[in-house]
Amino acid sequence: MSASDETPDRTPSERADVCVVGSGPAGALTAHRLAERGYAVVVLEAGERFDFEDRTRRMERAIRPGLGSVWEMGGERDDYTSAGEKYYPLNAARVKGVGGTTLHWQGMVMRFHESDFEPWPIDYEDLRPYYAEAEAALGVAGADDNPFAPPREDPFPMAGFEPSYSDSVFAEACERLGVAMHSVPNARNSEGYDDRSACVGYGTCKPVCPSGAKYSADHHVEKAEDEGARVIDRAPVQRLEHDDSGERVTAAVYATPDGETHRQEAREFVLAAGGVETPRLLLLSESDEYPDGLANTSGAVGRYFMDHLFGGAGGTLDRETRQNHVGFITSECHQFYDDPARGASGTDGEIPAWSGEGPEPDRFKLEFLNYAGPSPVEMALSGNEFGDDLLDSLREGYGNSIAMGGLVGQRPRKQNRIELDPETTDDHGNPVPKIHWHLDDRTRASLRRANEIQHAILDDLGVDISWTVGPDETGPAFHHMGTTRMGTDPDSSVVNTRLRTHDLRNLSVASSSVFVTSGALNPTLTIAALALKAADHVEERL
Amino acid sequence: MELTRRDALAALAAGGVAVGAGAMLEGNPFGENAPASPEDRLDTLLAVAEVVYPSEVSGIEEFVRTYALGRTEDRDDYREGIVEALDTLDEYTRTWHDADFRELDAETRESVLDQMGVDTADPDPEGTDRERVRFFAVNELLYALYTSPTGGELVGIENPQGHPGGASSYQRGPDG
Repeated sequence: MSASDETPDRTPSERADVCVVGSGPAGALTAHRLAERGYAVVVLEAGERFDFEDRTRRMERAIRPGLGSVWEMGGERDDYTSAGEKYYPLNAARVKGVGGTTLHWQGMVMRFHESDFEPWPIDYEDLRPYYAEAEAALGVAGADDNPFAPPREDPFPMAGFEPSYSDSVFAEACERLGVAMHSVPNARNSEGYDDRSACVGYGTCKPVCPSGAKYSADHHVEKAEDEGARVIDRAPVQRLEHDDSGERVTAAVYATPDGETHRQEAREFVLAAGGVETPRLLLLSESDEYPDGLANTSGAVGRYFMDHLFGGAGGTLDRETRQNHVGFITSECHQFYDDPARGASGTDGEIPAWSGEGPEPDRFKLEFLNYAGPSPVEMALSGNEFGDDLLDSLREGYGNSIAMGGLVGQRPRKQNRIELDPETTDDHGNPVPKIHWHLDDRTRASLRRANEIQHAILDDLGVDISWTVGPDETGPAFHHMGTTRMGTDPDSSVVNTRLRTHDLRNLSVASSSVFVTSGALNPTLTIAALALKAADHVEERL
Repeated sequence: MELTRRDALAALAAGGVAVGAGAMLEGNPFGENAPASPEDRLDTLLAVAEVVYPSEVSGIEEFVRTYALGRTEDRDDYREGIVEALDTLDEYTRTWHDADFRELDAETRESVLDQMGVDTADPDPEGTDRERVRFFAVNELLYALYTSPTGGELVGIENPQGHPGGASSYQRGPDG
């Protein structure tokens, strides 16, 4: 399933204004913006360029066991080690390829709340125009019905998706308990948008949307190429080189499948390789001037790694819930986001205020799932019955599942970090990323609080709760943040408010790695907004 | 519940085969060059379908034939995988029951899949005999059925995962 057997030219461009490392949403939007404004842009992407025509077969891989990784992740190229208290399944959390991790993302795109920016050196108003541009670029379907969301200027680019039937089931309990429900902004077409079709309901959004209705960054890579940008795939950057003074990056050294190594020179460099590979590349680029890694005078490169934690609960109800028709959600609750300890009261009940001992919970959001319980086809393919027995089991297993999810934030802690593992090397002999990831008591409290509210809603509905993911069972939501944090103090942060590294005058970072704190909302819209802001600042220097 | 040509085309679409509604998908997917007769092979695949599909579906023959034709068109390696899995199954039943799989009665066919361990095997296109039978014969057929609208409706979901059945069915209630 590769795009072409022809060998493309992977030699460097003779003249480039900007070299972008990575072609996920941050790299693609940065490249597109700068190419559109007339600059010569070269994008270096470690993974391959996937053929859109293969997407349906990739969906089959997602549904059918035995067909391997949907997006070809794994192997020596993608080796890593996990050293923390919690195992971190890195290769389930990312895609290397043109479009990056948006190829397999869920596509939920909300603006961070104003309070999320309090520890940041920029605020919501700084990012607000970029949020609007990012929503237009990605194509966001949403409704302006979330009373807890930050102010916005214009309607969403597309009408939001209508609530699901199971949302209406939840609404009964939420009204009784005083829990607010509102829509979810989706980077998923509710109508034709930007030459991509409306959602047709394959139900496999994550990990692959065969119709292209879900946004993926390969669209902006193509747009950047239409504007003259050059994209070199299968070109993992090995290190960045700098000038004698250590003030400017001079070249990105990259490998190609033929075993050659090349140097791409440029006036400006933008790292957009995500929250793990971005710090790894800086650490790999150590030099006499930067013995602890490039742009790492602060020692913060790789530090303060954060992810969101999943918390949820579910079970079965004595009525049909109509799950698994689509692979996205249509309702959420941000009511407890800015005040997680608060209670609520409704027409016939209440959510008590937090009374737990120990640390108070941090922010979280709640989700009302549209894909609770098993999908019949996946059950059939992994079951051990056939014929009428199988159909009986499918009917028994499908139909009345119901569940809630949620994202919990994590505070930045220095010991959560990405470092190099000299014991293990990748296919080019470079040390692989070693992930140290721990949960703290406050995060555990947030998960307990999320579970408490989820259980109250499910109990009110009469759900027979069969599973809960709380502090002991939780896992990462695959949002890598914090590893090249933004700040005004060069002693404690890696990039400034213009997303440029404090140490090098022509090196920027466009990634969730610049996040100062995690919030508890899906990060990609904020990544996109920051990338557009970074592109503007790069342009100021060109 | 009857499986239709539309179901077969929908199932093919779920496997990345775009077939126009008027496309000719007639004949035998297994061609003339196989060591066993193509018709025998198709009959073996249909015999597997009769075990793994529920008794309340009809129209299996045309559904399976159309699906298999579409799936193997221009995919020689895949066709070979199915052929080898069917041959493996026949070889097994000749050893233990002195007959090809398609020649066994319904009850024996079902017990053969269990005896061979296909029911509990992990599907693997490059695995052991039972893993390949599970992948290329059993799961091939189950994927076709349960990503089709009729297969979904059997379970109570008219837009099953893998089928592009639109973005409105999720809004409807059970009576809607």
